[in-house]
Amino acid sequence: MAGHASNPTDSATLWGGKVSPFSTSYGKLMMWFFLVSDALTFGGLLVSYGFTRHDAQVSWPIGEETFNSLPFLGHGYPLIYVALMTFILIVSSVTMVLAVEAGHRMDKKGVMKWMVATIIGGFFFVGSQAWEWYHFIHGSEFGKVELADGSRAIVKGHFGEIKNFTVVEAGHHHKKGEVIKDDLLHEFHHAILDGNVTMQGGTYMVKMHDGSVAKVNKEKDHIDKLVIKESGSKYVVKSGDKTPILITGHDAEKMYTEAITSGERNRVIYGADLQQNEYGPAQYGQFFFFITGFHGFHVFSGVIINIIIFLGVARGLYHGRGHYEMVEKTGLYWHFVDLVWVFVFTFFYLV
Amino acid sequence: MERDDIIEYSLHAHHDEEQGKKIRRKIWMVTAILTAITAVEVITGIFVKQHSSIWELVKWAFIILTLFKAGYIVLVFMHLGDEKKSLKYMILIPYFIFILYLIFILIVEALAVDSALKQYMGL
Repeated sequence: MAGHASNPTDSATLWGGKVSPFSTSYGKLMMWFFLVSDALTFGGLLVSYGFTRHDAQVSWPIGEETFNSLPFLGHGYPLIYVALMTFILIVSSVTMVLAVEAGHRMDKKGVMKWMVATIIGGFFFVGSQAWEWYHFIHGSEFGKVELADGSRAIVKGHFGEIKNFTVVEAGHHHKKGEVIKDDLLHEFHHAILDGNVTMQGGTYMVKMHDGSVAKVNKEKDHIDKLVIKESGSKYVVKSGDKTPILITGHDAEKMYTEAITSGERNRVIYGADLQQNEYGPAQYGQFFFFITGFHGFHVFSGVIINIIIFLGVARGLYHGRGHYEMVEKTGLYWHFVDLVWVFVFTFFYLV
Repeated sequence: MERDDIIEYSLHAHHDEEQGKKIRRKIWMVTAILTAITAVEVITGIFVKQHSSIWELVKWAFIILTLFKAGYIVLVFMHLGDEKKSLKYMILIPYFIFILYLIFILIVEALAVDSALKQYMGL
């Protein structure tokens, strides 16, 4: 029978459709329906991610290898940053549930306090994601390199710092003997992509946009190994392989230098876009952008909705109604965003 | 205008300071559990590499821990555990039916795609 145990209703009310079999208001029920459908959307995305990943096997990148940077500290901190993001989102979920709890006590000040904390947490998360996207798009210092046989490999090792460029041959813009100190890594990457880097007596020479030629004053790279990610004629990655093909030692350094000084265009991929990325198959980048982007969009809308509801709380709108159910409903959405991230974190970064 | 067709269920959720204290204690406890699970996951993720022999075990542990976290978020933070049983199961049962079907069908199709690739493309 419909109705709720605590408040018995007469049959006229019951059969007149004036009572909910779930003891919930219309709005809250609809929020739950929306969340179920949205959860299926994310479920579908993650399942298709798993499907594609299974198909790609060993060429698929490992989360802790791709995401190992921290702001101000550089590389070599696997997973710490995403763990921090996860923690921020969990904490903002907690502050939201505290806001809902304060609402149940009609404590307007408490609701405001905890909602402000939630909104700040939300902004922190969106900001962290922006930073991570920036890093993902710009990529590593070495990039993914195409070897002589057409296979592609990622590079593990320490990239020697570029100190400056010394112009040895004047162009339209730079004079001979000029020392360039700005935007060096970016210029170096661009020259490699255009096939404008050569090797002369152990130092790299760069042909710049204006036609000038500069000597690259750079510390020596220490390359530990090349990990083959895509097949070529010599190195073949099979779909069933569990362990990657590695090239180590002197060979690795030689093959890397050969590739970047070949004079051919696009032998190296830096960072990621929708067509290609340095981490793995194109689908990896596409899934990264779509899933984290779609989730980030949810977080962003959540922050906006929270702000709108916060203004309602501050005006005393919900206090006047005698209950803070609007806070509870936005809370449901906000927790859902946290819930999705828990799964994205596991399937994108951990396993 | 006063509407008589809406019953205010929201008032049932109200509680006093005494109960509030209990609820908050529960919230903070769940926070501690969620944080601890995440910390364990991250530390394991850093130390156990994917080509290690126990990786398969660790992977399933991650998935189970994630389901635990999800359970706490849905049942405590989203209060689904405190709702009426009918509401709880109306949300959970259809979702599980659909998502399990989706996972099932894609695993089956993945095997089919894999064998097709092997057969026709020699991969």
